[in-house]
Amino acid sequence: MTTVSESAVEAQVEDLEDKTPFWQKAKTMARKQPVGVAGLAVVILMIFAAIFAPWLTPYHPEYNDFANMLTPPGADYILGTDQFGRDIFTRILYGARTALFVGFAAATVGAVFGLVLGVASAYFGGMFDLIFQRIMDVFMAFPLIILALAVVATLGTGTQNVIIAITIPFIPQCARVVRSNALAIREIPYVDAARALGFGHMRIIMRHMAPNVMAPFLILFTAFVGQAILLEASLSYLGMGVQEPTPAWGLMLQGGAEEYAESAPWVAIWPGVAISLAVFGFNLFGDSVRDTLDPRLRSR
Amino acid sequence: MALLEIKDLQTQFFTSAGTVKAVDGVSYTVEEGETVAVVGESGSGKSVTAMSIMRLIPWPPGKIVGGSINFDGKDLLALTDDEMRSIRGRDIGMIFQEPMTSLNPVLTIGMQLTEPMIAHLGMSEEAAMEKAKKLLGMVGMSEPDRRLAQYPHHLSGGMRQRVVIAMALACDPKLIIADEPTTALDVTIQAQILELMKNLTRELGVAMIIITHNLGVVARYADRVNVMYAGRIIESGVASDIYHRPRHPYTLALLKSVPRMDRQREAKLDPVDGQPPDLTKLDAGCSFRPRCRFAKDHCATSFPALEDIGGGHTSACFEKDNLDKEVKDVVG
Repeated sequence: MTTVSESAVEAQVEDLEDKTPFWQKAKTMARKQPVGVAGLAVVILMIFAAIFAPWLTPYHPEYNDFANMLTPPGADYILGTDQFGRDIFTRILYGARTALFVGFAAATVGAVFGLVLGVASAYFGGMFDLIFQRIMDVFMAFPLIILALAVVATLGTGTQNVIIAITIPFIPQCARVVRSNALAIREIPYVDAARALGFGHMRIIMRHMAPNVMAPFLILFTAFVGQAILLEASLSYLGMGVQEPTPAWGLMLQGGAEEYAESAPWVAIWPGVAISLAVFGFNLFGDSVRDTLDPRLRSR
Repeated sequence: MALLEIKDLQTQFFTSAGTVKAVDGVSYTVEEGETVAVVGESGSGKSVTAMSIMRLIPWPPGKIVGGSINFDGKDLLALTDDEMRSIRGRDIGMIFQEPMTSLNPVLTIGMQLTEPMIAHLGMSEEAAMEKAKKLLGMVGMSEPDRRLAQYPHHLSGGMRQRVVIAMALACDPKLIIADEPTTALDVTIQAQILELMKNLTRELGVAMIIITHNLGVVARYADRVNVMYAGRIIESGVASDIYHRPRHPYTLALLKSVPRMDRQREAKLDPVDGQPPDLTKLDAGCSFRPRCRFAKDHCATSFPALEDIGGGHTSACFEKDNLDKEVKDVVG
């Protein structure tokens, strides 16, 4: 066949494959993003605690030891016990499971729904976009916690309903940000090219457009995990979230804060520290993800 | 019967400034294996005609309001969306103007090349990959195995356009619509790509509509030419007739504006005077009238019909027989 072959010069436009070893990349990363790596360390610590909780403590999180109620921190109970004689350290470890499960479940469901709806809204445009965005406006008009409270009040308490309650305010937030990015993607010819290749709407939205808005999606996702953990703790603290005796940080805070603030401050302090540290870790990590993925916000 | 037969196609855009008659009664045919060029300046409706064939006019604001498009025995305007979708990419391939942006940056060349084959022909991934390798060889790319794993940003503009051509050919289409396929490329690469497209379409017997504003492309690669102005075809014929015996003042003006080797180096280019008309404000007369050096009073009364002047050469001009002197100047 007599085709004109690409010239030698063209062939030289090659990929320079990244062969830097992992540890070296990690070192570079730690130097460039020390804060983000610190955040990541907290996140990893939390995941580690959640997974290995049974091996890290000899106690059971729901075992009431009435002989040792409100024991101060010491050799037997590192962080002390609560009013039912349960080991606080153990409950914090197991509480990390609840926090992570609710956090990741709510963030994943909320962000994925938001991603699909946001891209679809930008892709179809016109009337669909207009109506859909106004519905999102309605949801955005409520403060996060109020909307979540309203959902729990309707559906009832329990872990599953807490996840739904946290998910619902996340969807419009994510859809809004994703849509604005997808609007720009919609105008790039490869979307028209995909249509000219005869692909269906769903395939174009999921396979051709969604991967192109991954950067804002991931930024939102990491931020959502932190927010979800905080929201879950808030709901539990208000008695509208996870119910006793499931170990959850917000719940521990509620049990301890009011009655024992003076007599046994450790009951409230430790779960408070755990919540702060977790949210702080996810936010730091999220900020650093944003800095890495969004060059416009990179510090000058 | 012709492979593609467009009859009296009308596509309009309903905007707040008024109705834009982007395509106003266009008719042309494409025979099997034939290369037809559509020429005209920006806004003449050549791309809108192509998008109308694909039925990819965005509504709102655009809509095909009249005419018929027969492709391979089917009336495209009567098909359901699903039926139309199975024609796009399978029976009609499309090559876009900008190779830098018509490939998806986050999918590998292999994924993008095999996707239409898997979606339309139900091929397995392995079979599609094999075919993709062959296609990359056909479009003159080295190391197809490695290319399949690469992303668009690994390739240069010319190589990307080769991939786009391979994608258009993937499902063995009967017709390829190339919308200014070389506009975004370097001049040296343009020739390579056009040569490649010409060879491939000849070899595979694929018909091609090539949309361009480059008359050099027309002369060399097209069998027949349709010249469009303000949403209408104003002259059509075999390429040599258009090039050597233009019978419309607009075609003449276009030919005059092409830089030529045989003129003095200091000679100024001869552009088409004036601006293309506002498509929302067309009157009953010839739309080229305000820019036309041959315009007479009767040009304002009605739009001249396309008249056959022998050998399939048609022109829509009242003064088409009075151009000879200037034609001699231009064509020599």
